[in-house]
Amino acid sequence: MTSDLIATDIEAYLAQHQAKSLLRFITCGSVDDGKSTLIGRLLYDSKMIFEDQLAALESDSKKVGTQGGDIDFALLVDGLAAEREQGITIDVAYRFFATDKRKFIVADTPGHEQYTRNMVTGASTADLAVILIDARKGVLTQTRRHSYLVSLMGIRHVVLAVTKMDLVDWAQDVFDAIVEEYGDFAAQIGLKDIVAIPISGLKGDNIAAKSNAARWYTGPALLEHLETVDIDEARRAKGPLRLPVQWVNRPNLDFRGFSGQIAGGRVRPGDRIRVAPSGAISTVARIVTKGGDLAEAVAGQSVTLTLADEIDCSRGDVIAAAADPPEAADQFEVTLIWMGEEKLLPGRPYWLKLGAKLVTAQVTDIKHKVNVNTLAHTATKVLELNEIAVCNLSLDRPVAFDPYAANQDMGGFILIDRLSNATIAAGLMHFALRRSSNVHWQAIEVSREARATIKGQKAAVLWFTGLSGAGKSTIANLVEKKLLSLGRHTVMLDGDNVRHGLSRDLGFTEADRVENIRRVAEVAKLMTDAGLIVLVSFISPFRAERQLARELMEHGEFFEIFIDTPIEEAERRDVKGLYKKARAGQLRNFTGIDSPYEPPEKPEISINTTEMDAASAAALIVARLVGEDFGSGI
Amino acid sequence: MSQSAQPRLTHLDRLEAEAIHIMREVAAEAERPVMLYSIGKDSAVMLHLAQKAFFPSPLPFPLLHVDTTWKFQAMYAMRDKIAATPGIELIVHQNPDAAARGINPFDHGSALHTDLWKTEGLKQALDKHGFDAAFGGARRDEEKSRAKERIFSFRSANHRWDPKSQRPELWRLYNAKKHRGESIRVFPISNWTELDIWQYIHIENIPIVPLYFAAERPVVRRDGGLIMADDARMRFNPGETPELRRVRFRTLGCYPLSGGFESEADTLPKIIQEMLLATTSERQGRLIDHDQAASMEKKKQEGYF
Repeated sequence: MTSDLIATDIEAYLAQHQAKSLLRFITCGSVDDGKSTLIGRLLYDSKMIFEDQLAALESDSKKVGTQGGDIDFALLVDGLAAEREQGITIDVAYRFFATDKRKFIVADTPGHEQYTRNMVTGASTADLAVILIDARKGVLTQTRRHSYLVSLMGIRHVVLAVTKMDLVDWAQDVFDAIVEEYGDFAAQIGLKDIVAIPISGLKGDNIAAKSNAARWYTGPALLEHLETVDIDEARRAKGPLRLPVQWVNRPNLDFRGFSGQIAGGRVRPGDRIRVAPSGAISTVARIVTKGGDLAEAVAGQSVTLTLADEIDCSRGDVIAAAADPPEAADQFEVTLIWMGEEKLLPGRPYWLKLGAKLVTAQVTDIKHKVNVNTLAHTATKVLELNEIAVCNLSLDRPVAFDPYAANQDMGGFILIDRLSNATIAAGLMHFALRRSSNVHWQAIEVSREARATIKGQKAAVLWFTGLSGAGKSTIANLVEKKLLSLGRHTVMLDGDNVRHGLSRDLGFTEADRVENIRRVAEVAKLMTDAGLIVLVSFISPFRAERQLARELMEHGEFFEIFIDTPIEEAERRDVKGLYKKARAGQLRNFTGIDSPYEPPEKPEISINTTEMDAASAAALIVARLVGEDFGSGI
Repeated sequence: MSQSAQPRLTHLDRLEAEAIHIMREVAAEAERPVMLYSIGKDSAVMLHLAQKAFFPSPLPFPLLHVDTTWKFQAMYAMRDKIAATPGIELIVHQNPDAAARGINPFDHGSALHTDLWKTEGLKQALDKHGFDAAFGGARRDEEKSRAKERIFSFRSANHRWDPKSQRPELWRLYNAKKHRGESIRVFPISNWTELDIWQYIHIENIPIVPLYFAAERPVVRRDGGLIMADDARMRFNPGETPELRRVRFRTLGCYPLSGGFESEADTLPKIIQEMLLATTSERQGRLIDHDQAASMEKKKQEGYF
């Protein structure tokens, strides 16, 4: 024990303890599950209770305790009775303890009414959740409710603490049955990292140390697990840079710094950055701190950056990795957890705070409400306190965001009532809605059919998809030549060319690829309106975006053409030398190497390039178009 | 904290980053923020964090010392040193009403003394200067009733704390919206423990009042604590004579109300060592808590910080 060092060598002890990490966790359960007893135990066993407090505890235990004169640990943390008398809101209490390895902050939420609001609040800052199950009662409705909220809030680590094991004589079959039942449910809601521990809060078994009461249990004691489980902060540092700008630091005309807490990734001087949502690009000049400039800063740190260029950037903007910026949008699908006494009214404007950005938001549609006990979805027109719903949200201007699942600080927001100023909802961004309702559609008098007719053709999109080097462009070029020779009016959208212009600001992350395809699909759509035959030659690796493109076009107008070349063959050809670079680690997010390609399930046309040369493929495609009665003149 | 890039943030790194984040939010959103400065160790840490948060700019808010005129001489010396630091503006407020009535802890007891000098004095100062957000150094580990205190705590126009209208705090998002006349108390070091404070002072080499270190001081024993005869206004009970003992203080306030204890700890590591081996909590030295049965909750509702 390093604790011995306190008395013998305090300097050595301090040196060790400066490097402690911090784990924040939430406990989910009711007093009846032994929750307070468990927390009281952790505080007591980690020696966070002083003699004067202990004396008070002993006298309270004799007066009002439930343990027949023995110390009632629950009294350490139960302020609830007193709170009720004083009419104080019962909500989240934060407790602190530390061991030789870690400091812990426990968010303790009572398990009764108001539970959803309180638990969501406590969960929003937690790395881990301890879900308590009374061994005598097993998996209850409340267990499911707690677990759903844990999953919803994106907590990755779960400890299933099966309490009061002493009351079932430490029966292994009781424990195993609970763990199995829980495991089935947890899998349904997407909880993966679950560690089940049999404990007795009263006796302290398997809390601070392994107990002899259950020799069949071979896992860790609770505290040991809490000391070693990995912390999400490290995971955040792996994502792309996100720095929500809180405050512009401008002491004089020669210094302009941007202050904020890094919400994702890491940053070094020289890094290319992009300000979202404006898109302005610059380079990080310095990471300024009072103790001297830093060579690097990571997610979780509060820093001040200076940039190489004088670009527009203010509170609410996000400084992001240039190659992997967040999306910007003004319409979203979100989950709302309603915390206001007044119910949600669709159409009413609320303030929305996301990072350091404050905008006005309206709920345009409540898609469905989620019953936290059964997970059933029901239709609704309003949302009341402690209810959860999936909604569409419309903002008065675009904001930079990441989905909540990717980055909690970039996708978690609150709604504020504009009259009372109360925080009335917590929200989770899921994705941007493609159609923006504040763009009004112009009524068009000359129809698309009319435009196609004077060209003597029918508009169409030939969407070539396949791996890099599969032969998409080669075949598409041949098809276009044939169509031209038949007097058809065509246009070619080529992946590489579009990236030099229209999509110059996008990188190769999933989000950027999605945006790239969205733009191309929209351009193709405009060109079919002009009556053209549009040849699109893009890797377009994801089914969802090809589906999006398909849905933009008129029925029968979209031809998905799968240029099917196995990766080994494409890599062998490696016309542009890209596979070589990707294999060498010089190219990231390369389709087929470290980014997935989802082959079409039902393409209109499929070409296997190992069985057919480019000329035959082009001929086949054109013949097929004729067969579709595609432009009667062909 | 450290200048070299660290692969992993320590607990103090994270607490520091959180406190800085909170301070910047307030600086950005409040119209006229102020930092309450009580000269104690928690205030020392707060000031240090604020200097880091806004470097290289000067603090974008003044410090406010709500003075009772009964602090230790060493505290006034430290305060005046801080006030002389470039880039720091320090406002001192003394309740003129309490001064006129000659309120002191000997004749009026700690409750009235504290109420008039501190509670009323604070309200006066906030009103006088129109401060709409005030940083305080309270921590959640100090008392059971503080465990559920928000980081942004809202006060009505007459400075009352309404427990029912406190706002949920999610992620790192703080709702600082308020109506005219309302104000916010903000506690950036809510999540720090006493040990965190001491470790941070040690690592960051933050100057603190020498009274925290053991030294020979003239004291008398009262209510289980050692009261220091800090100036000529000290009143002795019949039979009491001050004697020199090696003492230090765990919390500092008005000297007649601050109980010291005998100690050999004259360095920071020794203070931390003594604290870790201690068997009583920090608040025991605060006579204010023993004086009446009223809880912190009640004091808070009345506007005591």
